Amino acid sequence: MDHLDELEAQSIYILREAFARLKKLALLWSLGKDSNVMIWLARKAFFGRVPFPAMHVDTGKKFPEMYAFRDRFGKEWDLDLRVEPCPSIDSVDPTLPPAARSAARKTEGLKLALNKYGFDGLIAGIRRDEEATRAKERVFSPRGLEGEWDVRDQPPEFWDQFNASPPQGAHLRIHPILHWTEADIWAYTKRENIPIIPLYLTKDGKRYRSLGDQDITNPVASTASNIDEILAELDATKIPERAGRALDHETEDAFERLRVAGYL
Amino acid sequence: MNMILPTASISATPNGTTRPQVRIVIVGHVDHGKSTLVGRLLHETGSLPDGKLEMLKAVSARRGMPFEWSFLLDALQTERDQGITIDTTQIRFRTRSRDVVLIDAPGHAEFLRNMITGASQADGAVLIIDALEGVRDQTRRHGYLLHLLGVKQVAVVVNKMDRVDFSAERFKEISDEISAHLIGLGVKPTAVIPISARDGDGVAERTARIEWYKGPTVVDALDALEPARPLAELPLRLPVQAIYKFDDRRIVAGRIESGSLKAGDEIVIMPTGKIARIKTVESWPVTPVNGPHGAGRSVGITLDRELFLERGDIIGHSGQSPRDTRRIRARIFWLHDKPLTKGEQILIRLGTKESRATVVAIEKAIDPGALSNEENSAIARNHVGEIDISLAQPVATDPYTDNPRTGRLVIEVNGRIAGGGLVLSVDAGRPAVPVDIVPVESALRADERSARYHHNGAVIWLTGLPGSGKSTLARALERRLFGNGGSPILLDGDTLRAGLNSDLGFSPQDRAENIRRLAEVATHLARNGHIAIVAAVSPSAADRATARRIADSAFREIYVATPAEVCETRDPKGHYAKARSGGLPSFTGITNDYQPPAGNELTIDTSNRSVTEATDEIERMLAETGILFDELTDLAANI
Repeated sequence: MDHLDELEAQSIYILREAFARLKKLALLWSLGKDSNVMIWLARKAFFGRVPFPAMHVDTGKKFPEMYAFRDRFGKEWDLDLRVEPCPSIDSVDPTLPPAARSAARKTEGLKLALNKYGFDGLIAGIRRDEEATRAKERVFSPRGLEGEWDVRDQPPEFWDQFNASPPQGAHLRIHPILHWTEADIWAYTKRENIPIIPLYLTKDGKRYRSLGDQDITNPVASTASNIDEILAELDATKIPERAGRALDHETEDAFERLRVAGYL
Repeated sequence: MNMILPTASISATPNGTTRPQVRIVIVGHVDHGKSTLVGRLLHETGSLPDGKLEMLKAVSARRGMPFEWSFLLDALQTERDQGITIDTTQIRFRTRSRDVVLIDAPGHAEFLRNMITGASQADGAVLIIDALEGVRDQTRRHGYLLHLLGVKQVAVVVNKMDRVDFSAERFKEISDEISAHLIGLGVKPTAVIPISARDGDGVAERTARIEWYKGPTVVDALDALEPARPLAELPLRLPVQAIYKFDDRRIVAGRIESGSLKAGDEIVIMPTGKIARIKTVESWPVTPVNGPHGAGRSVGITLDRELFLERGDIIGHSGQSPRDTRRIRARIFWLHDKPLTKGEQILIRLGTKESRATVVAIEKAIDPGALSNEENSAIARNHVGEIDISLAQPVATDPYTDNPRTGRLVIEVNGRIAGGGLVLSVDAGRPAVPVDIVPVESALRADERSARYHHNGAVIWLTGLPGSGKSTLARALERRLFGNGGSPILLDGDTLRAGLNSDLGFSPQDRAENIRRLAEVATHLARNGHIAIVAAVSPSAADRATARRIADSAFREIYVATPAEVCETRDPKGHYAKARSGGLPSFTGITNDYQPPAGNELTIDTSNRSVTEATDEIERMLAETGILFDELTDLAANI
């Protein structure tokens, strides 16, 4: 077994645990490289079909290429796709800095969707190496009634034994690819031939490392025109993956505040 | 058992080179300098992203503090404000020869659960000690927990040597004390290293200030740790996670914890001891796959015969299966606020198996920090102990020394993990070697029977309050089906309690076992082409779900939903009257513990329907769901 085999086996184990132990699951599909890998892993775990809905909480501000990708592969992968809108900016905490406030619409959209369907488990494609507060996440992470994350009181989790009983009326976030790195995602995408959105490849000397809303995501300088070149670039760079995400950099704790309130 | 093998895990590095990857946890008493060491290690190995150092300087300046490495990992605002690590975190860097995943675990006693969460994933550990303060309670506690978690490789660093003037004597004193403690626990330190994490002495370089020290630096020591490997040489252990039936395949899914398997292998399913052969190993997008699959793989297999198995069963090879038991002795650590007491009812998880259990005895209870023996009636928070557990149902397990993966358990309280530990010994209720059960198949094929009876085999499960009319309907249905040439058989809950189930009472466990046996008998009849009509109150939705799993696609559930008042006025067996007068304490109906079904095939209220009408309805449902053949008489005429 090589490193990618180990990552894959662990993620499949987590997905199957979530499916076995929670009643109403959904998988959050943000259309980016990580959640595409996650859907691929779910298809592996369940032998070709994803036995729960894939939900896209849509800010309405994604790139056209992302919507095209969603419409095509939602069908090709035979997903039970639920597209859920986000409320307007007025409904969001006005004390947040602008980009974070814009991103927080997604948290509100997520809350509405949770209320609508009554999901008790949400599978999300976050990774520990993306960002320092995500590094502290559990694989099965309990959320409060409002979707909030209590970082001071996370349950113990060891030996792949997960806490799968959501508090009454609340839900669990399940993170099947928490242990993957950005390079792992690309190496696996290449090995498995998983389709990608072209925005990840260079155009006019720039490419996106991380895809979010159009207005708060910026490309980085790059000449990488295929996955091998992306991997070589990652090996050499010291620029963090989310450098192009405006909301991470507005204030010291902007991202932490978002996550505690229920953001991914 | 040594889990550490020289073969290295190969990391898919971007540049195509292959490097081993090791996971290291850093533990120790609060304020002994864990986060500082991590920050320094990242800096010395050139692993900090651009701008991070400047950002940390700015964060420190904003707080009016000297530069603080620990801000790198203490990402949470509360952590920076209070200067402590609250939760475990992970960060990566590279040494000359390998990729290291560093797990930073909090030292604060209050966050011991987070330290364990971090340490349980590690191949090796760095235990940090403040040179001035020396070995503290928390240091010993962490040493003990590393040993309990099975982390065998521990490098000790004695930090803040600058505060003891880099004294070789002070270093030796601490080194001797901690080495004796660890060796006493069965953990041999791989190195003891004097350092100053803040200034960098001993981290990547041996500086002049510790020129008396000849051993490895911290980076050297990390370079020498070996990745732990899954245990491919041990006997096969495949805990069942689920059985999937998305199409015509019935796939048993799970992760191989040890050993390996391939198509054609004869396997034993524990704790029942049933035997089967692996027909195929399924996978997606290519299926089936040939060749052996080893420890660590998440697989799906199909079997050569239809056996009932369920989540929590463990698959092994014949002659090398795990033991089945209802009694376990375990060494555990306890993380819950409320102490674990003798006689307490707990929920334990062994792999994917969940079972209710009782703490029969507490043999030892100690504070691993003070290493003092305590009273034997309870294990306090953050303390460890040895307990005897009695399980509500048989489970398959191994002693930890035989198999570290299947020989460990966790304890859950209110849906949350509250403790965990190692299986020390298994008091096997039955022989460790499974009885060789090879089911004998019927001489008749299913279609031979259905041609005669004009129906397929089925389990018709009538559930409802006592007095709702289950037995009456069951008998009418039996008469109707028989009259049409079929082969119905009545399995009445009360009748079977007089014989097959006479050993069972009315506790939830006994009720569950009662339903399981009813379902097994009924399913056997259904597989042989008969229609088993089960009339049983079966108040628990979970128990009925078990029955449905056992009978699978043959199961038809009918909820006899007659209102409770009507049932009580009927009271055919006089039970309601007796219960009202207090003579039947666990009687369903009065105590109102009946859980009505959801997703049942049919609901009938007998208060507004004649028996004939109700029987018609059942017959219609059976025809619509493929049990009874549609045109019964025509078909019969053609034969």
